[in-house]
Amino acid sequence: MQQYIALIQGYTALGIGIIIGLGAIGACIGIGIMGSKFLESAARQPELMPRLQGSMFLLAGLIDAAFLIGVAIAMFFAFANPLLARLAG
Amino acid sequence: MAGTSSTEYIPHHLEHLRYDIVKGEWAHGTEGIVNFDLINVDSLFMATIIGVVFATIFRVAARKATSGVPGKFQAFVELVVEFIDDRVAEVFHGSRHFLGPLALTIFCWVVLMNTMDLLPLDIPGMVAAAAGHGHWRALPTADINTTFAMSLTVLILILFFSVKAKGLGGFGHELITAPFGKHPALWIPNFALNIVELLAKPVSLAMRLFGNMYAGELVFMLIALLGFAWGGALAAGSYGAGLAGALGQIVLTAGWAIFHILIILLQGFIFMVLTVVYISMSQESH
Repeated sequence: MQQYIALIQGYTALGIGIIIGLGAIGACIGIGIMGSKFLESAARQPELMPRLQGSMFLLAGLIDAAFLIGVAIAMFFAFANPLLARLAG
Repeated sequence: MAGTSSTEYIPHHLEHLRYDIVKGEWAHGTEGIVNFDLINVDSLFMATIIGVVFATIFRVAARKATSGVPGKFQAFVELVVEFIDDRVAEVFHGSRHFLGPLALTIFCWVVLMNTMDLLPLDIPGMVAAAAGHGHWRALPTADINTTFAMSLTVLILILFFSVKAKGLGGFGHELITAPFGKHPALWIPNFALNIVELLAKPVSLAMRLFGNMYAGELVFMLIALLGFAWGGALAAGSYGAGLAGALGQIVLTAGWAIFHILIILLQGFIFMVLTVVYISMSQESH
């Protein structure tokens, strides 16, 4: 029984790491691309910068969304692991 | 919180104050992922109180509004209303009679609810423990029930405005013929795609807000855990580690709270803008 619990906990920990890690890669690359385009266009047309900045923040929030949903799910597995509960029940 | 270990600290703080409306008693723990018998009393209470506070503040501002030189309070309220109105006008080109107040409510209510995250973590729990219950989560939007309630309401509004703009027959026609075409063989793929699109909107709205707030609150808990653990080191006699822990916790919490203020405002803003965009998109026909 101890072994089964250890097995589930070990794999869950790996899973949490993968969720957060891959999500972070996606979010950071996305923000990087968006930020670089924003800076390029701000340098090209500085008068549009306030208008573009508003849209940039909006997009930053949208890009982070999937990553943070992944973090929320990973935290759920970290603290209230349903797979462990299934084993106990 | 003396006596709890560090592994119990976080799950203890993640528990909602639950009431079982079928059995009529306080519930502890859930059976299964979805259980419609239980109500999270803390989220419900906080969300309602915050909504009432917001409505009262803005109503007082509207009553005392003068057309002469405005005072600071009126100027602030006008700033917020004008900001929302500009945002709605950018996206939606019809009458802002309903959409403007809806956007204002969503933005202000979500931002005020999110701000509950900045309350120190142990205080709601201590107040609730004094009242005899021990669990109180002060952040309603870190409860997926709250965010899904809001986004399902937005879904109902999307459907309502869609039907109102296109008529029931037009809405049904569009469900089965957009975006691929009118040929009957394409009806099933069209319908599947439209249903997926229609369901993805509220789910993504709810999960985005929930994920951001839950992750933020969890980082606060983890930082609090650092201070808690180093407080234990202090009690065990290691004064250097205890002081480092206390200072570290203050600095880290301050840093994360400042960053989180941006997230609080941004997530409220995103929820509002997306609601307005979805409702305005539902009224245009292909």
